[in-house]
Amino acid sequence: MQALTNRVKEVDRKPLSFMEKMYLPAILKGMFITFSHIFKKKPTINYPEKTRPFSPVFRGMQILNRDEEGRENCTACGLCAVACPAEAITMEAAERQAGEEHLYREEKYAAKYEINMLRCIFCGLCEEACPKDAIYLSESFAPADYQRKQFVYNKSELLIPNPKEDPEAYKKALGNRAKPTTNA
Amino acid sequence: MTTTFLLIDLPLILEKFVLILVVVMASLGIAMYTTFAERKVAAILQDRRGPNRAGPFGILQPLADGMKLFFKEEIIPNFSSKALFVLGPGLAMLTAIMTSAVIPWGDKVHFFNRDISLQIADINIGILYIFGVLSLGVYGIMIGSWASNNKFSLLGGLRAASQIISYELAMGISLIALLMITGTLSLKEMVVQQQNGYWNIVLQPLGFIIFLVCSFAECNRTPFDLPEAENELIGGYHTEYSSMKLGFYLFSEYINMFISSVVMSTLFFGGYDVPFFDEAAHADWGNWLALIGIAALMIKAVCFIFLFMWVRWTIPRFRYDQLMHLGWRVLIPLALFNMLVTGGVILYFFNK
Repeated sequence: MQALTNRVKEVDRKPLSFMEKMYLPAILKGMFITFSHIFKKKPTINYPEKTRPFSPVFRGMQILNRDEEGRENCTACGLCAVACPAEAITMEAAERQAGEEHLYREEKYAAKYEINMLRCIFCGLCEEACPKDAIYLSESFAPADYQRKQFVYNKSELLIPNPKEDPEAYKKALGNRAKPTTNA
Repeated sequence: MTTTFLLIDLPLILEKFVLILVVVMASLGIAMYTTFAERKVAAILQDRRGPNRAGPFGILQPLADGMKLFFKEEIIPNFSSKALFVLGPGLAMLTAIMTSAVIPWGDKVHFFNRDISLQIADINIGILYIFGVLSLGVYGIMIGSWASNNKFSLLGGLRAASQIISYELAMGISLIALLMITGTLSLKEMVVQQQNGYWNIVLQPLGFIIFLVCSFAECNRTPFDLPEAENELIGGYHTEYSSMKLGFYLFSEYINMFISSVVMSTLFFGGYDVPFFDEAAHADWGNWLALIGIAALMIKAVCFIFLFMWVRWTIPRFRYDQLMHLGWRVLIPLALFNMLVTGGVILYFFNK
């Protein structure tokens, strides 16, 4: 039959030679190859003692951001909830009262903010939609749990630590999103 | 009545009982850790690590596996024959352990002013007994596959049984050649002869290769693991089994593997003989000599077990017709040729 391309290789259909018919020499050759694999380096990583490094744009769990004075950025505008394709975010807004200026940046804030981790698909659209730089996806992922209702994370679990009270934890959680400090 | 009772040698019975207990427990324990070693060796040959989470380096993994099997639900199908269903795995386990009765595990030990030989039954038809029990092993599979009331199980069991009985013939014929040289069926005699002379592997290399290939087929190990592969694909004789009955079938396979390794090292590699070590000159070491013998036997058995696993993860399995072709049309003529040549050499050189 005419070959379609010029990269065709003829299959070798010769009858087996005596050494091949004995099976044993070929088996021994194979066994030596397998034996040499004992001494090769294993690519297994012993999780959780060692972890593979994630890329800086890894989309893990959500974190609600604060500014440098420790005030929450989120204004409960609802853009993240609308942008979420899995409808995982719900929130309730509230008005900032007179004595709470140090807690919230703007006059409207989120009294209740919940993300259902079982619905979240970690796409990052909420991070792209937020106008206030209030939510971003960090490099850690949601840990395992035994009950479904534990997976609905509320605001206190999602908030970043306060830089006024806990600067190291804040810096660690912020990671590589810290704005470069200008010489002031 | 009391006089006949006093005539029974009670210390002998006690000693045999303790020996049986020790041997059975040791076989079960070694088979348990063989399952663990299988996974570790498989992993190392495949560029990965084996189980290393249960206990340090995964040592407690077989315990975890055993407990898992215990905790699973026992399902007995409604339309199966219930008595046969429960009998099948029991038979498989029974014949697997029964073979360990005639193997000489070591030399004599001296406890309580008695010379205790480390062999449960030193019958003078040792090898024939092992062969008989091996043939009984087919029953376990056949009964299990019949009692499942499942056509796929039946077909799988038929294939397994036919594979086992085909390779028993070649095994027997290669053993006849060995027996012509040793002149005795008793395993203890064979070990003593190998201690004084050369190991039988030197005298019977072809016989050893045939015996090795046949014992791969007897234990249903790759490349002859068609019954096991069918379990992954369709069914096989232990489709309908769950929990501890399944555990018995799988476990009896590992015990078979261990006993085959020990039998092969006894027949061809000198059993508890330590090479280049003069036992008679060190007879004053007493019990430690027997311990060294046991250690030597265990090392040889472990090497064989490693060989079993090494071959398993190297070559693919045979098709059924290739398997039958190998058993009947290649191994039996080869074994007959081996027997004839051995007989000829013996007659020519030693019986002039």
